[in-house]
Amino acid sequence: MFEIKRSPWVLHYDGSSCNGCDIEVLACLTPVYDAERFGIVNTGDPMQADILLITGGINSQNAPVVKQLYDQMPRPKVVCAIGVCACTGGIFKDCYNILGGADTVIPVDIYVPGCAARPQAIIDGIVKAVDLFEKRLEKHKEWVRIHGEVHDDPVDENEVREVGTEETKTTTKTETAKTEKAKSETKPKSNKKGKKSRRKK
Amino acid sequence: MRNSIISVAAYLLLAPVIGGLLDGIDRKISARMQRRVGPPLLQPFYDVSKLLKKQVISVTNAQTFLLMSYMIFILLTGAMFFAGTDILLCMFVLSTAAMFLYFAATVTGSPYSTIGASRELIQTIAYEPAVLMSCVGFYLVDGSFEISKIASSQISSIMYLPGVFAAFVFILTIKMRKSPFDISTSHHAHQEIVKGVTSEMGARNLAIFTVTEWYENVFLMGVVGLFIVNKDPISIAVAVAVIFAVFFLEILIDNTSARMKQYEMLKLSWTITLVLAGCNIWVLMLMIK
Ligand code: SF4
Repeated sequence: MFEIKRSPWVLHYDGSSCNGCDIEVLACLTPVYDAERFGIVNTGDPMQADILLITGGINSQNAPVVKQLYDQMPRPKVVCAIGVCACTGGIFKDCYNILGGADTVIPVDIYVPGCAARPQAIIDGIVKAVDLFEKRLEKHKEWVRIHGEVHDDPVDENEVREVGTEETKTTTKTETAKTEKAKSETKPKSNKKGKKSRRKK
Repeated sequence: MRNSIISVAAYLLLAPVIGGLLDGIDRKISARMQRRVGPPLLQPFYDVSKLLKKQVISVTNAQTFLLMSYMIFILLTGAMFFAGTDILLCMFVLSTAAMFLYFAATVTGSPYSTIGASRELIQTIAYEPAVLMSCVGFYLVDGSFEISKIASSQISSIMYLPGVFAAFVFILTIKMRKSPFDISTSHHAHQEIVKGVTSEMGARNLAIFTVTEWYENVFLMGVVGLFIVNKDPISIAVAVAVIFAVFFLEILIDNTSARMKQYEMLKLSWTITLVLAGCNIWVLMLMIK
């Protein structure tokens, strides 16, 4: 009855976006879409968050910030990239300072395409993320068995990646934004290879 | 003696349930006021149970220790209240608990939670006079600080203390950290400085804080009820009705007002305390003479 998926708290981070997706993320929380009926709360504290929503691409300045936010989130956690910028770099992809989508620095689980991603798609993405969040509880229990309950040191980066990349197979496509369809389809497959395949594009 | 043990046990066991339900009702009614569907009634329990299942991260171990102290002192306050002991002592223990919350927030060294902590102190200063006035009022009316005596008086205390009651309900908004006085921390989806004291709490510590707040709210509602109850058992039903009315009023105020500046809150609450509670007690003293 007290499943953790009934209370997903999101942390919203704006990378180098055009602000369009941020406004849509906030729109989800307004009375019109009322994300709170799923128990979704927008928290500002990574230590209390379950789902990280990233909008906008990663540039050389915010890369360490995103990584730190991810590391500060307690397990189990899920990352959701909102908008094509966060998925692949999008319209800013070829800018000199852009490294790419959110998965250049942290493992991303759910990709929500769209420019800007619509609130319905975002909520859909979060709902999918919530299922994954529930599943990860088992993993977390196992992890606690190995590392102990209190684990103050930052988690080993490689270990984080391992867990992440393994699960990124569950990547979900939520909206058929036509222009981005091709990209988001190739995304899950190319994910294991990581950066290499992205550079080829 | 046996009665007081039973009521203390009932408080310790049932207060989190009642407090959580009140919180759920609060969120549901707030949502309806904003024309939303709102979260399920049991959402606060889902939240806390999730927070407890998450990985334990704490900025410092001292924070956990101080928060636990905060919780224990709140429990002690409530237990003493429902055991029917001295109301003045209850209120002093409550202030001590607030100090522990202050330290729990400052010990992290985070600027957001430190600012929240200093605002928590301002809130304490803002509500303390009205709390003490209530104690004095009870003493003048019933001739004793003993809660068991106050609760079994001939006539409800509110008959003599309408002004004090109004002042107490006013500071209840500050004490429950509801808008316009959600200055030290807010219950709504906010970040950083507005989240204040809770902004550096890890998942488990936030759960401790939330449950403590439930205990505290039940205690505060108990004090509201104390204004109503007399030796007639029917008065208990009236007290429950008044508690719900006051709680609804708090939700209404919460949803219809914007956050105030801390010093304006201080001025306003002291003025109201002085005018309503002060005059009430003054008149009462003249009557007794
Ligand atoms: S996906 Fe489009 S709307 Fe969203 S941040 Fe990028 S450019 Fe802006």
